[in-house]
Amino acid sequence: MAAEQLSATDYIVHHLTHWRLQTDGFWSGFHLDTFWFSLILGFVFVGLFGYVARKATSGVPGRLQNFVELIVEMVDSQIKDAFHGKSKVIGPLSLTIFVWVFLMNSMDFLPVDLLPTIAQLIGHYGFGMDPHHVYLRVVPTADVNLTFAMSLSVLLVIIGFSIKAKGVVGWIKELLTKPFHAEGLVMSIILAPVNLVFQAIELLAKPISLSLRLFGNMYAGELIFILIALLPFWAQWVLGAPWAIFHILIVTLQAFVFMMLTIVYLSLAVEDH
Amino acid sequence: MELNASLIGQAITFALLVWFTMKFVWPPLTRMMDERAARIADGLAAADRAKQDLANAERASADRLREAKQQASELIAQAEKRAAQIVDEAKDQAKVEGERLIKGAQAEVGQQVQQAKEALRQQVATLALAGAEKILKQEIDAAKHADLLASIQAEL
Repeated sequence: MAAEQLSATDYIVHHLTHWRLQTDGFWSGFHLDTFWFSLILGFVFVGLFGYVARKATSGVPGRLQNFVELIVEMVDSQIKDAFHGKSKVIGPLSLTIFVWVFLMNSMDFLPVDLLPTIAQLIGHYGFGMDPHHVYLRVVPTADVNLTFAMSLSVLLVIIGFSIKAKGVVGWIKELLTKPFHAEGLVMSIILAPVNLVFQAIELLAKPISLSLRLFGNMYAGELIFILIALLPFWAQWVLGAPWAIFHILIVTLQAFVFMMLTIVYLSLAVEDH
Repeated sequence: MELNASLIGQAITFALLVWFTMKFVWPPLTRMMDERAARIADGLAAADRAKQDLANAERASADRLREAKQQASELIAQAEKRAAQIVDEAKDQAKVEGERLIKGAQAEVGQQVQQAKEALRQQVATLALAGAEKILKQEIDAAKHADLLASIQAEL
């Protein structure tokens, strides 16, 4: 029984270990699986949408074009509803976030052992590695590195939008004079550091909430799939199927939430309070 | 990690997920897309129809205009012809009437001349007779020279 417990723990730990770059220095421990899967899925998105855009007809659209148009229209209508500034960046940005996050989340649908097992087979027979040392995590959004990479990029865009809308001076002024506004010069100077702290917290809370929300959902989903995989194989579907079906909602919702909050944050960034 | 039965269990789960998607996720999506495609097709067809209608209407109006112009020019030509005819008829009538009037006038003039001539002849004869009577009262007997007087009267 103890051995079985140990092996279950091993199984979980093995599944939650990244395929790391074995090197020293700055790149040490670089998550190669997150990198490659996100890159490939990014190309899937760009390739599919680019292909459809290139072949798009202004007449009656085919199935694929119709599907792509549906997504683009959805994103566009959300932007029109929430974002009142003018920007060429926000549309493509939101579309990319939605579809890319959706695709990366969708990796959760694949059987949790499928790709890691294939990787182990390749590693074992192709490169003569010990299968126990072949690690692969297929859901890039369950890696906090990727979600933070995205949300910090969004933070940079937010700051960029603020500066573009208000100017460098206007932005810095806003950092120092809001949310607490004073009439006199002395009071303004006294309140400036307080305002700065509040603004910094507000600004930093955005990427943290964005990335941790997505990471938490996907990590928990993946972990539960792993736990379900520990059940006897004939019983797995009892829990696995409902969880997978529920995941259709989570995957879509998390992608949508990430996109929607990005739009809202950018909208706040360009608005004058 | 080696291949084990867990993979089969996951495959069953995956198959169920695929089945669920096929049964409950895919149909509404495709229906929505079909409806969207149908809506677009309808819209495009309606636009085409409207364009066609417009072209038809334009052609019809052009036809109607041309017809009207033709009718108008025909009417004008007819009216001109009729006017010319009327003028000609009037001219003819006027000529006939004028000739008639002239003839009447000439006849009347001739008659009056004749009457005047007759009256003058009578008066001249009377005057001549009176003159001759006065001249000849002394020397000529009226009865004696009646033949002569009559011949003079006839010559006047």
